[in-house]
Amino acid sequence: MLGKQKGKADMVEKSAVSSQQSASKRINTPLTEDIVMSLRIGDIVLVNGLIVTGRDKVHKFLAHEKPDKKDIPFELHDGIIYHCGPIIKKVDDTYKLIAAGPTTSMRVEMYEADVIKTYGIRGIIGKGGMGEETLNAMKEYGCVYLHTISGAAAYLADRIKNVRDGWKIEEFGAPEAMWLLEVEEFPAVVTMDARGNSLHRDIEKISLTKLKELFLEKRGIS
Amino acid sequence: MLKLRDGIIELYKKVATSIPGDVEDALKTAYSNETEPLIRESLNVILQNIKIARTTSRPICQDTGFPVFYVKVPKGLSHQLIRDMIMDATRIATDKIPLRPNAVDVITEKNTGDNVGEYFPFVYTEETGEQSLIVDLMLKGGGCENLGQTYKLPAVLTFGDKEAIAERDFDGVRKCILDAVFKAQGKGCPPYTIGVAIGGAKDQVTFLSKKQLMRRIPDIHTNAVIAELENKILNDINRLGIGTAGLGGRTTAIGIKIATAHRHPASYFVDISFSCWANRRGRLIW
Repeated sequence: MLGKQKGKADMVEKSAVSSQQSASKRINTPLTEDIVMSLRIGDIVLVNGLIVTGRDKVHKFLAHEKPDKKDIPFELHDGIIYHCGPIIKKVDDTYKLIAAGPTTSMRVEMYEADVIKTYGIRGIIGKGGMGEETLNAMKEYGCVYLHTISGAAAYLADRIKNVRDGWKIEEFGAPEAMWLLEVEEFPAVVTMDARGNSLHRDIEKISLTKLKELFLEKRGIS
Repeated sequence: MLKLRDGIIELYKKVATSIPGDVEDALKTAYSNETEPLIRESLNVILQNIKIARTTSRPICQDTGFPVFYVKVPKGLSHQLIRDMIMDATRIATDKIPLRPNAVDVITEKNTGDNVGEYFPFVYTEETGEQSLIVDLMLKGGGCENLGQTYKLPAVLTFGDKEAIAERDFDGVRKCILDAVFKAQGKGCPPYTIGVAIGGAKDQVTFLSKKQLMRRIPDIHTNAVIAELENKILNDINRLGIGTAGLGGRTTAIGIKIATAHRHPASYFVDISFSCWANRRGRLIW
């Protein structure tokens, strides 16, 4: 039914994600400033190496308590934080990862700029995108936002080869702990780059224009 | 009664690891309607994920949700007994499937570790004249739950630097829904299924809007006026261009289901519940 709509609707579909599709770029952690600066919105990346998870409690803790880098068991500098609360099962002495898709990034918007600055974060993996404050911090300190497919938890878990360790498991609970994960060819799309571009902001603008049109149409039920 | 507990554990497993056929079909339709490679690829990953989860019996999403039960209990069977059994089944299912422990104590901020806590899972029971016990389960993702909105009409809606008035009519209802979807953007894993309730009591509309998410996607409302409204609003939502995973495209929602309840003359509530694409629901008939 929607396919039949002509004109403006078609323009909307094309404008945000234009056909500037590139082949996927393989990136390894720790990230360098050069790698980060080479990425543009719309690029598809495959992440390899170590990343850490961190969601609501981790961000609040890092932003408020500002623990010393030596008190954090994992290297965050030049690293990637994955907004994710995985399902992890402890089998004997090892952690088995069952499912690990992204969680909504916007909930940590109030902390992220500070976290990027304090800990030298180069990449954020999440879903739904983030706001202006984070975008500005990304531009200032050289960091990118990597959008991954929400809810694709089994698919993404298959690209996580190993759970190396966990931190704050008891205190924050397993879903909210910081987990050190080893990823291989972990797919994501750059949706906020270090040059101040945001695909999420673009989509929001497009949808706002459409919303205005739809609000002006008096389309009550007959 | 031990067998009923096992039945509920199985229900958990089915709902956590597979999505209903009608939802999968709607996502396949969305895939075939898209043209942009990035959006097609996103839907392709979603469809692949559904397949992997089903074949490997793993949860579709790491957020195995807030379990909500709607139970129809035959006359004479204790509702409390059913509740206790659901709590037992939840503990076992959490360990066995496994589910992510999602019950966090608001006072101590500790996760209980077994998905059982105060009002967690949430269980609605009602008596039925039927002989069978019917247990409906929804595993409600947290990301999309956060996008829910309640409007009191008339309402002033702001968009950009402008304002619109949602009056007490179905056009006002339409505007509220569009406002909620616009605010949601891609934060709660679109394509969404959207449940709506229009009525006169605050608790009633929140209950009803969420319950609409249990309706199948092809389900057509018995009232022709509401059926038409659902169609029109779904069309409007899909013109917003938010799309799959918020990356743009033609499918922001795969379905919208509206419930109505008689309202008090002073009140006109519109409540909106969102489900992520992984609208996980299932039924056990005992």
